[in-house]
Amino acid sequence: MRLPGAAALTLLLASPLGAEIRPDERRSDFHQMSPETRAMQTDDTANPGMLAVLDGEALWRAKAGPAGRSCADCHGDARITMRGVAARYPAWNAARGTPVGLAGQIDICRADRQGISAWPAESRERLAVTAYVAHQSRGMPISPPGDPEMAAARERGGRLFTARMGQLDLACAACHDDNWGKRLGGTPIPQAHPVGYPIYRLEWQAVGSLQRRLRNCLSGVRAEPFPYDAPELIELEAFLMQRAAGLPIETPAVRP
Amino acid sequence: MWFRLPVAAALACCTIGTHVSAQERGDAIPASLTGLPGDPARGRRIVADRTRGLCLLCHSAPIPEERFQGDLAPPLAGAGTRWSEGQLRLRVVDPRRLNPDTIMPSYLRRDGLTRVAPAWRGRPILEPQEIEDVVAYLATLREQP
Ligand code: HEC
Ligand code: HEC
Repeated sequence: MRLPGAAALTLLLASPLGAEIRPDERRSDFHQMSPETRAMQTDDTANPGMLAVLDGEALWRAKAGPAGRSCADCHGDARITMRGVAARYPAWNAARGTPVGLAGQIDICRADRQGISAWPAESRERLAVTAYVAHQSRGMPISPPGDPEMAAARERGGRLFTARMGQLDLACAACHDDNWGKRLGGTPIPQAHPVGYPIYRLEWQAVGSLQRRLRNCLSGVRAEPFPYDAPELIELEAFLMQRAAGLPIETPAVRP
Repeated sequence: MWFRLPVAAALACCTIGTHVSAQERGDAIPASLTGLPGDPARGRRIVADRTRGLCLLCHSAPIPEERFQGDLAPPLAGAGTRWSEGQLRLRVVDPRRLNPDTIMPSYLRRDGLTRVAPAWRGRPILEPQEIEDVVAYLATLREQP
């Protein structure tokens, strides 16, 4: 069976990049996991991410900074005041004129209200408090905010998502829109919905942020990863949250 | 393996760049990129190695000891009956020429790319002689999947 040259090959195999996943086909990457990994996530006593959540709860109450103030001193009971918050981040920060992610907002609270420096990216503390806050939205649908500034940020994120990058010259969309469900090497490609961050990832043997995950995918295509907290990563996150709108938050999710 | 000699690679590729377009005919690159024949045994090792050839990320191949093979792309089994050596060479060197939207990387390309990580910048994914080895291996794949 020999195809008559280039034209036929193109006709047969061309799949336009960036064909989006239909809304009724969007589902959490939870559903592609093995039954064992799913059980590990849903059973709080088996989910290693719950340790970070508990850690975060203690930090929420810990007094810090020159004024000796805790998160709880300003925000009270997180189970009430933080409910639904993670479902609408990244959000527009008017004072700073920039979109901020949940961890970025925690940095801002530390700087402006507690008078102390931000925890480093991927530090135990920053992941724990973020996980504790995000956990308060578990089960709630992702609901990105409507501000026009956020729409602009999402659009920039969407352009990055469909841009070919790295030595392998692959776009995020090539895998996550066009080939989700297939196998890259042995690994099923997920739809890439940021529903459960910070996650406990078995491969990392640790809790990590969405930004860590995005940097992994960028390194995977041999692109130079954007630095932690770079605007591009926040814009990608804003785009992914819009793409996942309506899916329930799972934090702390477990992923292979 | 991560850090193969970048200078030699870059030099080789510059000469090859012009060489290729001169040699290209229709949907094939008939002549060896280096003037030397490829070694199918080395080619098999490159295809099997997911940090070098990367082929098994997307394709399957009759390499039973590699358990985790991809299914984003047609199986490589039988490639040697479907395509001539020249056609196989073009399909590894520059698949975008046949399908501008393809996800398969152009293995000899080293410029016009975006945000390439420093360790890979200015280098093709495979050296010309490695591509010859891969092509020689693909030509031996005569059994359909
Ligand atoms: C070559 C294929 C490929 C490309 C390109 C790619 N990814 Fe991924 N991505 C994967 C695979 C496979 C996984 C599953 C995790 C793993 O095992 O690495 C994943 C996981 C993810 C996840 C985690 C989903 C979850 O359930 O938590 C997100 C989010 C993600 N990718 C976003 C991106 C973004 C954004 C880009 C572009 C900057 C990108 N990916 C580029 C293959 C890819
Ligand atoms: C990121 C994915 C990806 C990688 C990596 C990749 N390919 Fe491909 N390859 C494809 C796809 C998809 C096609 C189908 C043609 C198209 O898309 O236009 C293809 C087509 C081919 C074809 C022609 C199809 C046929 O009928 O046999 C050959 C030969 C081939 N690839 C060999 C290789 C070799 C050898 C390597 C590694 C050195 C490799 N590919 C790496 C995705 C990939």
